[in-house]
Amino acid sequence: MTPTIAVLLIVTFLVSVVGLLALIWSIATNQFGHGKEAAKTIFPPGEEGHGEDPARDISDTLDGNLPPNSEAINARQRADFSSRGPVLTWLCSAVFWLVVGSFYGLISSTKMHMPEFLANSEWLTFGRVRPMHLNAVTYGWASMAGIGVALFLLPRLFRTALVGARFAITGSVIWNVGLVLGLIAINLGLSDGEEWLEFPWQIDILFVIGGALCAVPLVLTAANRKVEHLYVTSWYFMAALVWFPFLFLIANLPFTFPGASGATVNWWFAHNVLGLWVTPIGIGTAYYLIPKILGRPIISYQLSLLGFWSLALFYSQVGIHHLVGGPIPTWLVTLSIVHSVMMSIPVITVAINHHGTMWGHFGRLKDSPTLRFVWIGALMYTVSSLQGSMEALRSVNVITHFTHYTVAHAHLGMYAFLSFILFGAVYFIMPRLMDWEWPWRRMISVHFWLVSVGILIYFVSLTIGGWKEGVALLDADMPFMDIVRMTLPYLEARTIGGALMTLGHLVFAVHFIAMLRRSGERRYQPTLFRSAKQEASQ
Amino acid sequence: MKRALAIMVGAAFILLLAMLTLVVLPYIQMTTEQVPPDLEPYTELEQQGRDLYIANGCVYCHSQQPRDPSFAPGDKARGWGRPSVPGDYTYDQPHLLGTMRTGPDLFNIGARQPSDDWHLLHLYNPRAVVKDSIMPPYRFLFREVEAADEDDRVVNIPDPYGPDSGQVVATDDALAMVAYLKALDHTYPAPTLPQPEAAEE
Repeated sequence: MTPTIAVLLIVTFLVSVVGLLALIWSIATNQFGHGKEAAKTIFPPGEEGHGEDPARDISDTLDGNLPPNSEAINARQRADFSSRGPVLTWLCSAVFWLVVGSFYGLISSTKMHMPEFLANSEWLTFGRVRPMHLNAVTYGWASMAGIGVALFLLPRLFRTALVGARFAITGSVIWNVGLVLGLIAINLGLSDGEEWLEFPWQIDILFVIGGALCAVPLVLTAANRKVEHLYVTSWYFMAALVWFPFLFLIANLPFTFPGASGATVNWWFAHNVLGLWVTPIGIGTAYYLIPKILGRPIISYQLSLLGFWSLALFYSQVGIHHLVGGPIPTWLVTLSIVHSVMMSIPVITVAINHHGTMWGHFGRLKDSPTLRFVWIGALMYTVSSLQGSMEALRSVNVITHFTHYTVAHAHLGMYAFLSFILFGAVYFIMPRLMDWEWPWRRMISVHFWLVSVGILIYFVSLTIGGWKEGVALLDADMPFMDIVRMTLPYLEARTIGGALMTLGHLVFAVHFIAMLRRSGERRYQPTLFRSAKQEASQ
Repeated sequence: MKRALAIMVGAAFILLLAMLTLVVLPYIQMTTEQVPPDLEPYTELEQQGRDLYIANGCVYCHSQQPRDPSFAPGDKARGWGRPSVPGDYTYDQPHLLGTMRTGPDLFNIGARQPSDDWHLLHLYNPRAVVKDSIMPPYRFLFREVEAADEDDRVVNIPDPYGPDSGQVVATDDALAMVAYLKALDHTYPAPTLPQPEAAEE
């Protein structure tokens, strides 16, 4: 290590420590103010103690405490209706890309154990279909649904109408054009060649423009806000919308980072897409929906702020744990491993808040679709993050690196955590936007069980198969082909799990379309997992 | 607005800090590292093959980065070669280090399999060479003809893997791909010794 780098490294370390101390000091001396009061920001006067679950008739959920035309309710209604157009465009696109991406995933998974399946065409060869799956579900489903949810929640959090909805709608059109062109480019073999960055850089410009257009209403609405305190969810959303364009731009700079330094930029970006883009959106959403549905504020507001800043500090430096044992400087890998382990701090603070707020109210999981999806998502965030911290350790990574174990972990994060929270959020948002309840509660049940059993099979089979693969790869006496044969049953099980998930997405998409068409009967009760009649008889 | 701005600026500042440690510093260190004198730039044909390697996503199953034997003993013992160093990738843009070993590491595939015939047959149908392989076939890199021309590169396919009649001829793409795979030969000594990973913990 050259002395310059050593010095710079020490300087950045000191800056981090100073930053952390400043944070602890500011929390200790109550610089953030409010505390308990701030946690109640999301409840208009009188609403605390009354859960809000998708019920078309708003006075129902408020249970008579507030007159139906009170100012708080009118403000919420104004906020919801102001974001209707952009939220619907982003969410509809997201559901479309979820279905498309699922089929690409299913085809890729099948090809892993049936190499002759759809093998004659170069358009459907594994090495093209697999990145199409990743890009469709990451930039299509997860990112678009995430932006849609953020556009819905921000006016509510700022207690004002969304300003500049047209910018967000235009942004979604440009984003969709980028996705179509990008996927076609991969299919034609024009990939940029790095994982998570496959779209040609010329097309990436469209995503930067589309994303920037979404930032316009965010800034305008924030400037217009009617609340004193910014609730923690808006912190996560604002930071995510700052981080993503910045990351995406740097990582896609063409002809800049050659060879091994390209690999570090690649993985710095790829893990930041998870850590600084989809994770803040996921936990920010859970920070709003869990207390909102239960009608009780989160238990420790100050902890949530500590969680936010420590996430920013640690998550931004974990990426290089994807290159443990690779041809890059050892200090760099060590730095990322240290930060990966430090990630347990924000993860535990978020876990205390999410699960602590749920504590004593788990009974609501039986009824509320949103709560069930969101809480399981939050639980899987805790699990997958702690697993990730372990996986970064050299002694574990030497086994799991290069195996299907990592793939299982990635799906635990992107699917069981993030997608579950997004499903829950869509179930919460749509009735508000459409002024209509979900048509068929059984379809929500079917969706839930298909995707839950699907991801369970997926995760368990690949985790076991991947671990065995990793142990065997270290033992040179085990012939390589024996390892391939050994993993086959696990890969087949993954296809079964993936098929169930895809089926669940089709059910979800059909129900979503039915909702858009306002099918079914007009109802004045929220659509819950169990009908109101059953509820009454118990 | 003040506090909203403070959050956004704070978030951006933290990311800049991370960029300094994870992007700028490694870039400075690795681009100044010595290039192994025996490493040669890719020829035009090899580069064309490398582009096909990218286009068809070989990287999703094959890594190109053997690890240090003191850290991961399997890599060297399987014949995948010495641990790689940053200098080995001087001419690689984009990098193709890979994250999966569904198939073997290819850092030295050119040294392990120097035969054109092996590579062509393996690309046409991996199972004709390696029983039970789960690698996809790349038949779209080949043409089936009734009778090959004089300057055609004919690939002899053993039964039952070939077509019922006629001959299989390699396209220019197939030949470029094989040229690239054969160029993956890093058996020369590395001037900068890799840092022993496991010794540090």
